[in-house]
Amino acid sequence: MSQSKNTPPRTTPRFSATFDQFTISEIQRAAATGIYDIRGAGTKRKLPHFDDLLFLGASISRYPLEGYRERCDTDVVLGTRFAKKPIRLKTPVTVAGMSFGALSAQAKEALGRGASAVGTSTTTGDGGMTPEERGHSSILVYQYLPSRYGMNPDDLRRADAIEVVVGQGAKPGGGGMLLGQKISPRVAKMRNLPEGIDQRSACRHPDWTGPDDLEIKIEELREITGWEKPIYVKVGASRPYYDVSLAVKAGADVIVLDGMQGGTAATQEVFIEHVGLPILSAIRSAVQALQDLGMHRKVQLIVSGGIRSGADMAKALALGADAVAIGTAALIALGDQSPDLAEEYAKLGTVPGAYDDWQEGRDPAGITTQDPELASRLDPILGGRRIANYLSVMTMEAQAIARACGKSHLHNLEPEDLVSLTMEAAAMTKIPLAGTDWYPGKNGF
Amino acid sequence: MSATLSNHQAIDLRESTIRELNAVLQSEDVTGSWLVSHPEGRHSIAVGLTAPIDIIIDGQAGYYAGGMNQHANLVIKGNAGPGVAENMMSGSVRIEGNASMAAGATAHGGLLVIEGDAGARCGISMKGVNIVVRGSVGHMSAFMAQSGNLVVCGDAGDALGDSLYEARIFVRGTVKSLGADCEEKDMSAEDLQILRGLLEEAGITEYSAEHFRCYGSARRLYNFHVDNAAAY
Ligand SMILES: Cc1cc2nc3c(=O)[nH]c(=O)nc-3n(C[C@H](O)[C@H](O)[C@H](O)COP(=O)(O)O)c2cc1C
Repeated sequence: MSQSKNTPPRTTPRFSATFDQFTISEIQRAAATGIYDIRGAGTKRKLPHFDDLLFLGASISRYPLEGYRERCDTDVVLGTRFAKKPIRLKTPVTVAGMSFGALSAQAKEALGRGASAVGTSTTTGDGGMTPEERGHSSILVYQYLPSRYGMNPDDLRRADAIEVVVGQGAKPGGGGMLLGQKISPRVAKMRNLPEGIDQRSACRHPDWTGPDDLEIKIEELREITGWEKPIYVKVGASRPYYDVSLAVKAGADVIVLDGMQGGTAATQEVFIEHVGLPILSAIRSAVQALQDLGMHRKVQLIVSGGIRSGADMAKALALGADAVAIGTAALIALGDQSPDLAEEYAKLGTVPGAYDDWQEGRDPAGITTQDPELASRLDPILGGRRIANYLSVMTMEAQAIARACGKSHLHNLEPEDLVSLTMEAAAMTKIPLAGTDWYPGKNGF
Repeated sequence: MSATLSNHQAIDLRESTIRELNAVLQSEDVTGSWLVSHPEGRHSIAVGLTAPIDIIIDGQAGYYAGGMNQHANLVIKGNAGPGVAENMMSGSVRIEGNASMAAGATAHGGLLVIEGDAGARCGISMKGVNIVVRGSVGHMSAFMAQSGNLVVCGDAGDALGDSLYEARIFVRGTVKSLGADCEEKDMSAEDLQILRGLLEEAGITEYSAEHFRCYGSARRLYNFHVDNAAAY
């Protein structure tokens, strides 16, 4: 006691906002290992997102529709521009491309079962098509990626649509990645790679570069498949106005626009957090590009990146998208981040809600793994049921909002149904700030 | 049309569209030999074929001639544009002239023979195909090549076999430079036998297998390691 009298008072320990605890741990990790951090999932920073928009609902000037009684349709047709056999989805939410390799065969099967049960599509990924996923997906989109792992014309003809992947929101400009732990004998065989290597896929297509080549490539794919199948072009959100314009010019039937919140199986942390645009900031200019070309609703737009609920879906549609796609949310619906796994997550140095070492292949939920024991924990039938439940809830939520706005189809939602909560959202979407009729730049800056 | 080609079924691309051509060649009951005249650099000639038919393309082909071929045997009498025989699964494509970039890209099987030279990225990402080039190949050939064999009777450009996996490369002439993780290997008896077989299959008799060198992956980049950081 007497000592303290002589010691000058100390301030409490204070953490730096710049060198926060995560940043410090990352510097320590980098110094110890000499290699950048690779992880799964999407960006974790707070970004302008659909939460920054609200619906206005009906009022005296606009009447609502009766919930449950008056129809609010949800169907969407994709690929009406050139394809002889467009795709019909009962609900405008599809399961995004995630490879067998990144995901277990059980997870792929569950996604197929769930999507099929509600009348929507699933998508292959950077690793080819498995017979199981073809068998369990009534509508299957086949990705055509730079790596062309497992690409073959028989599967191309078996697919219901073809998605030319130019980029992905988590890493626009980056190629796929699958670390050695997940290159099991079956995955290695499908990809024609040695087992156990750290696979780094190409980031550019091997036989075309630029929009003029893309046009020729799309025509080749149509020639190979008799002009039957819709051809999608998937881009990460970076220059959406130009990318959408160029994809339309190249002959795409459908454009998939994936924002930076979009999940990934394995990517450098620095890439996930620092490259690309939040999806909220990309939709308006993508839609603008379609409108300027007279192609809105003729070339369909699918958006993804952090879609979690029927509200997110309804907002994306109101901004002008034709459908949305989900990746991360589907994995959570399957059981990823489950509190029941807390003990096992603890052994991996993490907690439910923060698990992102999907690249390691040790997923206790059996989803992002190729370990037979772990994968067998996932029951594809039960998993399919959970996916179907979740997709149904998303659809019903979007319908509830649409009816409240007086819309008899989800596609009748429009920008005028929305307000922005923040200046950022208003500037990015040109949706007026709540309580005003103004967005930044409206009357010139 | 030359007399030797007279018993072919003929399609003239001045009269038929590419769609009509491919629809005929892809049809389930297609058989025999076909002559495609006046190709005039059109793209996607004879793509997605599945039947063991013989096709002569009497002139220059544009992009992706013979793309994703299965079982068919194509001869291109002139030059071929980018991505000739891309993702071929089986059958053969022979180019009597030169081939542009990315010849045989990602192809899984079959035989691609280029009588002239090939441009950049010949055999890029190849996944099992055999490619024999009588002339030289451009830079970045066999980039990320996964499996199969690339035989170059002339010279190879810069960065040959960059980030190579398990494909083999044989070069008779000079190699301007090797790409990351590609190294010269001792030619084994098995390599020699494969090379002899490929030269013979390609109809190349003037060069002997003994005069080629063999290149493959040093396998140093197969797993991430701090000491290889400069190569990532
Ligand atoms: C585990 C996993 C694997 C993925 N694999 C691929 C892939 O192979 N090809 C691709 O284009 N996108 C891939 N993606 C991205 C998704 O297709 C989609 O763009 C993204 O998940 C959408 O964002 P969300 O996860 O926020 O819903 C993957 C995503 C995840 C989570």
